[in-house]
Amino acid sequence: MSFVKSLAVSALALAVAAPAVAQDWAPRKPVEFIIMAGTGGGADQIARLLQGLIEKKGLSSRPFIPINKPGGSGAEALRYLQDKAGDDHTVMMTLNSFYTTPIIQEDLGVDITAFTPIGLMAMDTFLLWVNTDREDITDLDSYVETVKAAGLDWKVGGTGSGQEDSVLTAMMEAAFDYDVTYIPFPGGGTVAKNLVGNQIDSTVNNPAEQMEFYRAGNSKPLVQFTGERMAAFPDVPTAKELGVDIEYYMQRSVNGPPGMSAEATAFYTNLFEELFNSQEWQDYCTSDGLTCDNFMKGADLANFHATQKVAHEKLIEQVGAKAITGE
Amino acid sequence: MTVRQAELLMGIATLLLSLGLMWNVWSDGLRIGWVEGRGPGAGMWPFWLSLGMALAALATIVRWFQGKTPESRSLDPYIASETMFLVVVSAISIFLLLVLMTVIGTYLSLMLFMLFYVRFLGKHDWRMTAGFVIGAPIFVYLLFEVALTKYLPKGWPIFEEGFLWLDNFRWEYF
Amino acid sequence: METIFVSLGGGLMQAFEPLNLFMILAGCLAGLFVGCMPGLGSVNGVAILLPVTFLVPPTAAIIFLAALYYGAMYGGAISSITLGIPGASTAVATVFDGRPMAQAGKADKALMAAAIASFIGGTVSIILFTLFAPPLAAFALKFGPQEEFALMLLAFATFIGLGGDDIPKTIFSILLGLVMAAIGFDIISGQPRMIFFDMVELQRGIGFLVLAIGIYGIGEMLWTLESTKGQVQMHNVKITWARFKENLKEVKVYINSTWLGSFLGFFVGTLPAAGATPAALMSYGLSKTFSKDPDSFGKGNISGVAAPEAANNAASTGSMLPMITLGIPGSPTTAILLGGMIIWGLRPGPLLFTESPDFVWGLIGSMYVANVATVLLNLALIPVFIRVLAMPFTLLTPIIFILCVLGVFATTDRMFDTWIMLILGVAGYLMRKLNYPVAPAVLAIVLGPLAERSLRQSLISSQGDVTTFITRPISLTCVILALLLVSYPLIQRLVRRRTAVQAD
Repeated sequence: MSFVKSLAVSALALAVAAPAVAQDWAPRKPVEFIIMAGTGGGADQIARLLQGLIEKKGLSSRPFIPINKPGGSGAEALRYLQDKAGDDHTVMMTLNSFYTTPIIQEDLGVDITAFTPIGLMAMDTFLLWVNTDREDITDLDSYVETVKAAGLDWKVGGTGSGQEDSVLTAMMEAAFDYDVTYIPFPGGGTVAKNLVGNQIDSTVNNPAEQMEFYRAGNSKPLVQFTGERMAAFPDVPTAKELGVDIEYYMQRSVNGPPGMSAEATAFYTNLFEELFNSQEWQDYCTSDGLTCDNFMKGADLANFHATQKVAHEKLIEQVGAKAITGE
Repeated sequence: MTVRQAELLMGIATLLLSLGLMWNVWSDGLRIGWVEGRGPGAGMWPFWLSLGMALAALATIVRWFQGKTPESRSLDPYIASETMFLVVVSAISIFLLLVLMTVIGTYLSLMLFMLFYVRFLGKHDWRMTAGFVIGAPIFVYLLFEVALTKYLPKGWPIFEEGFLWLDNFRWEYF
Repeated sequence: METIFVSLGGGLMQAFEPLNLFMILAGCLAGLFVGCMPGLGSVNGVAILLPVTFLVPPTAAIIFLAALYYGAMYGGAISSITLGIPGASTAVATVFDGRPMAQAGKADKALMAAAIASFIGGTVSIILFTLFAPPLAAFALKFGPQEEFALMLLAFATFIGLGGDDIPKTIFSILLGLVMAAIGFDIISGQPRMIFFDMVELQRGIGFLVLAIGIYGIGEMLWTLESTKGQVQMHNVKITWARFKENLKEVKVYINSTWLGSFLGFFVGTLPAAGATPAALMSYGLSKTFSKDPDSFGKGNISGVAAPEAANNAASTGSMLPMITLGIPGSPTTAILLGGMIIWGLRPGPLLFTESPDFVWGLIGSMYVANVATVLLNLALIPVFIRVLAMPFTLLTPIIFILCVLGVFATTDRMFDTWIMLILGVAGYLMRKLNYPVAPAVLAIVLGPLAERSLRQSLISSQGDVTTFITRPISLTCVILALLLVSYPLIQRLVRRRTAVQAD
């Protein structure tokens, strides 16, 4: 009863307050734009692009300062944001380690559902890539066949145990019933280079990381792990079309610390929504194979995080944390 | 304390440090051995290298007893009393600078730090002192906050408010 | 070949356009200034860049960025020599001989050697870059984890002579550096390692700069304060035209080290993941090994300044190669350069050369010009830098301490690291007084993570088979070279003994 009541009251407060204060609040000092990954990676590129756009369009009275906190697959960033509870001048660019890191590192003591959701900028996608030299592999079937024959000699590159692509690799191992050797590298770019140099046999990269090699004819995608075929890859089948039930995305959302004030939340939500709808951002999405259909915010994003968290818990339980960490 | 005593103490301290590192790796349950088909486990590198550290520290202690190192035969004071003052004062002043930065913020701490060195240690005249006490924060502000867009620690909220009030002029008028 | 010259001509023309020329000068100056602050490197310079990029076209912006990068590379040597604090990891090796030279009143010679060696290194590197970019990029692709590890072995082999005379203490120092490098999150197993007292900040690990500034900034300053009893003031060198010419003549003393550093630096720099730091260290180590007078290294040998400086400049140009041709950053700064290119809608990758030739050749052309501009600026500013050494210690000391604290804070934006810096600085000082060499620990913390990671990647990929390092040609070559290097001093001694015996 009291829950419903407080919900109603806060909803009312929001309804009354939100439109009035949205214009009033503005940052009084530079905003820390935390990136839960290192320099040069996908999240970092996006955050720096957004920072540039904010400056260019003059959306904020104070600059956004990108700060990388890559420690421990984002553990450092998550704890930092948690400790900043109630702060109105810190926002964080997140990826899927937002969900997986607190699950794998149980004693971290971070509850991501307590964070203030601001906006979902994009859903990044994954494709399975092999070097174009592998003429024997033309589709998923021939891939699975080759991998099974090679066994542990098949080397899959990724960005680190416990990262998104290791989860996806573990999912594929479970679905196709094979075992591969997973080799972690620092960053998706290095993985892509090692694929092109034939140091590894396959990888599940984001499109942005492979796009240039793909265009140059050095690597080829076999299957995409999306619901529908992406515009950038109209000829590549989805896993679902081939009867394999794997659909996996990388969320790229902006979140604030727990207990950010409603006024500040409204300000950041408006700011990122404006960015989301800008021509520059939409162009970037198209060229880099990001899905940017609708801007999710507020309660929708909170629900989204909650479902994703549960889904990742299940996923990690299914494939086993062991399969992901490898030891 | 003589150099001779200091070397033994340092030998023991480094030995304990190495053992502590080994224990830390071990107690975290990291694999310290060779994992079949995968090569070294996560704990192998730090564990065995720490063991190497422990052995090196042990060697230093043994050599101390044998009197092989020049330090183990030296009865000079480890830190001479006339220089002790400078070294200790410097270390403590940095320590206080770091503490103050989190309390009263970077700029006020910088001014105190400069005042201490220029006026009290250096005995320079007040004109020089004033130049450094005022010049240092302005230089730091222009380099770090304006040019490099770093937000330096501002200390407790009340000091941060004060800074923001001043900082606001930059945004309003430039 | 002809097309290269035509394109290069076009690129140079572009570099001499008034706007671009202005960008080069502004970038060099800004880079020089930022680079000579301890802790601040070209990475920090990017912040200066952002507002600029909205005003000028992408080519001008990247030219500014490249010039800034060059300026910062040169600038790193300045704080290494005058203050004894490496401004960036690439400039560590410059401290070894640059600092003793400054203390001996030869700061101007050291600065000049650094500037000229940097210029030669940079120029050699750009010429190689212009002529051989595509084949070198193809070669870089052949570099897998095995080759990386073999390269690290080679790098370690070049350090053999760098330790002190107390062997257990030298070993302790190296191992301490290697273990400290392992603190934090292990990317191979995804497990946190050596997180003391559950401090989540440690998951990031202890960065190179925190250790280097702690030891060379705080520790060295305490050491100097003590050994000079507060009279830190150094010889104030008078710069005269005659002395300048005399310094210029000394080029032939260090020219061999410079050539060595230039080619080595370029080659190592082009390999993704290696970058300028190992290049500079290897160059220093090799110069020492093959020097006629290896014992004078570390005590103020001018070749010990020239070798790493030539190498780090050559390597920083070299590290643009994987970035431009493959889209893979060879260093943190190129990672940000890469980010910049993406913001401007340019896609670094195998197609960049063919799709945006104006941009690529404009960049290459401006690298030639930026190199010349920086060396001239640098030579002109030497008297200014020397002035720093004339300050009384009660003014210089607080400035250095403040720059150390803020420099460390600026690299990671956390106070935690400044505390670690202070602890390491004091510990380093106490250990150094007992003849523990500190340089090996600093070198080890740079190379440790690269070595461990590539070793484990290789072994995972070969499923635990150690022979993987000697069955691959490039890796085998590096391993053999490393073995030869390690045994070189022994062989030399044997040969000497035999000739001595024969002489009897």
